[in-house]
Amino acid sequence: MNGYLDFLGGRNGLVGLLVLAALILLVFPLTMGVDQLSLAGRFLSFGFVAAGLVLCWGYGGILSLGQGIFFGIGGYCIAMFLKLEASTPEATAIQTTPGIPDFMDWNRITELPWFWEPFNSLTLTLIAIIVLPALFAYVIGIAMFKRRVSGVYFAIITQALVVILTILLVAQQGYTGGANGITDLRTLKGWDINTDEAMVTLYFVTAFLLLGVILFGKWLLHSKFGRILIAMRDREDRVRFSGYDVANFKAFVFCVAAVFSAIGGAMFTLQEGFMSPTLIGIIPSIEFVIFAAVGGRLSLIGAVYGAMAIGFARIAFAEAYPELWLFLMGAVFIVVVLFLPYGLAGLYEKYAPKVRAFLPSRTARAATSRESTEVRS
Amino acid sequence: MSSNTDFLLAVEDLTVSFDGFKAIDGLNFYMDEKELRVVIGPNGAGKTTLLDLICGKTKATNGSIKFRGKELTRLPEHRIVWEGVGRKFQTPSVYDSLTVRDNLEVSYPKGRGVWGALAFKRDTALQEKTQEIAESVMLKDSLDLEAGQLSHGQKQWLEIGMLLMQDPALLMLDEPIAGMSAREREQTADLLKRLAGKHSIIVIEHDMNFVKQIGRKVTVLHQGAILAEGDMDQVQSDQRVIDVYLGH
Repeated sequence: MNGYLDFLGGRNGLVGLLVLAALILLVFPLTMGVDQLSLAGRFLSFGFVAAGLVLCWGYGGILSLGQGIFFGIGGYCIAMFLKLEASTPEATAIQTTPGIPDFMDWNRITELPWFWEPFNSLTLTLIAIIVLPALFAYVIGIAMFKRRVSGVYFAIITQALVVILTILLVAQQGYTGGANGITDLRTLKGWDINTDEAMVTLYFVTAFLLLGVILFGKWLLHSKFGRILIAMRDREDRVRFSGYDVANFKAFVFCVAAVFSAIGGAMFTLQEGFMSPTLIGIIPSIEFVIFAAVGGRLSLIGAVYGAMAIGFARIAFAEAYPELWLFLMGAVFIVVVLFLPYGLAGLYEKYAPKVRAFLPSRTARAATSRESTEVRS
Repeated sequence: MSSNTDFLLAVEDLTVSFDGFKAIDGLNFYMDEKELRVVIGPNGAGKTTLLDLICGKTKATNGSIKFRGKELTRLPEHRIVWEGVGRKFQTPSVYDSLTVRDNLEVSYPKGRGVWGALAFKRDTALQEKTQEIAESVMLKDSLDLEAGQLSHGQKQWLEIGMLLMQDPALLMLDEPIAGMSAREREQTADLLKRLAGKHSIIVIEHDMNFVKQIGRKVTVLHQGAILAEGDMDQVQSDQRVIDVYLGH
């Protein structure tokens, strides 16, 4: 392996990445219909959040039960832009105040609020999708980590922040669309996002962005920063007394996870066609953690498989037994935590060599590794 | 009192109280450059607390700690490290899931900020230093082993090696030979003697044989204050020291 590709994790890491790329860029598009592909695209959007959790929880030891916040920031940002585009004075001529989003008009708001203004611009919106979650995570991170809040306390606080955010969104109906969220999103710069072609395009954009995010994560883990992350998880005090300001490192990885989540949220919203508080509340926030745990919390690629596995299982299972789904997912989570601490990726790492021993040929080897996951990053 | 800038470390009137209990009580403690000092004393005498105070783990209630003339009591922990104070903990604190090499490299004093760590590149200076330190702490054959696989004694050495990577002016070692075999103790004594000319070292230790092996100047702590100070023979024949510590 060439030196500058080392960060992929050597041969195994490269194979794992290529297998995932082949799966989501070739196998899925070739074998799935548009509806199913678009569904897969939404699961991939969750993969961003799960990959972020691998960095901050798996490697950094910071469990956040509040990733919905950042998923939501990304989702709402893009939703606001699309909503404004859909609310031209002509399209909203029947409103008391034409030219503002419909839900504002219903709530007797007569002027576009100031914080909506930047979302008239796609550039500013895209910047906001990256900068806002980073800023928000930085403020939370510094406030918590400088005070040495960690572990379960941090998890509970992030959970509380999710609740606060959803309550705020629901209560401020006139500014946020309330419990319904921001709906009826139609076009992006005049491009209809609800057509089949748009679904396919958005799927590919999501897939490529996700691969990019994974590459970035791998690079991060390969740097000295990555080793300090693991060191902090093992012995926080030792890192501190080796001259590092631990809080800054924690805040940074939390910011990275937040930005990943926000990109996922934005891509999800584009494919789902709306964004609402229920998509970012407590339950989704916990589900994100389950995706990462099932996939393997030390594997960026595993996290994507985790999100897809749970996603497709939900479709298969929840249609037949909707009332049992949550119990099943809870059970899966418990089983993973108790028996498979490194999730699917850990399972693969443990059994792949044994399976290979039975399969002498190269092709057979490739076939078995397809459905499985990669080795730890 | 003479100007405390002559000393490497000058601790004056240091007091810390935990809910009214004074673990360190009006302590004065001075150290010269390149000095090796052993601190002994019965359990609860405040030995570990003294190191905690110097390295910033515990904040003083009162008094001052001057290191090369700079006040440490108000600095955050990582800044105290930057000033040149290295601390080894009582139970070996190494990063179990990293290799010995990575353990040493993470302790290297470059790339200490977030951005610095992201941009950090291994250079030959680092590799040479890692090699050199690994050799001096008897771990050159274990560089690619995960630190979790090391024996207890080797972990102690690794942690000392991690401190040496920072090239600190003052090394504080809290019971460095705990859990070591007789042979390892000897090797550690040799290591400390070799280091003594290059760094100032404070060693907390219970094992009197070990203390005799390395000891030059010894400070005896008792109930948060200094009971006696001097060379080993002096201290050993001090009646107060025999009463509270050596007697049993």
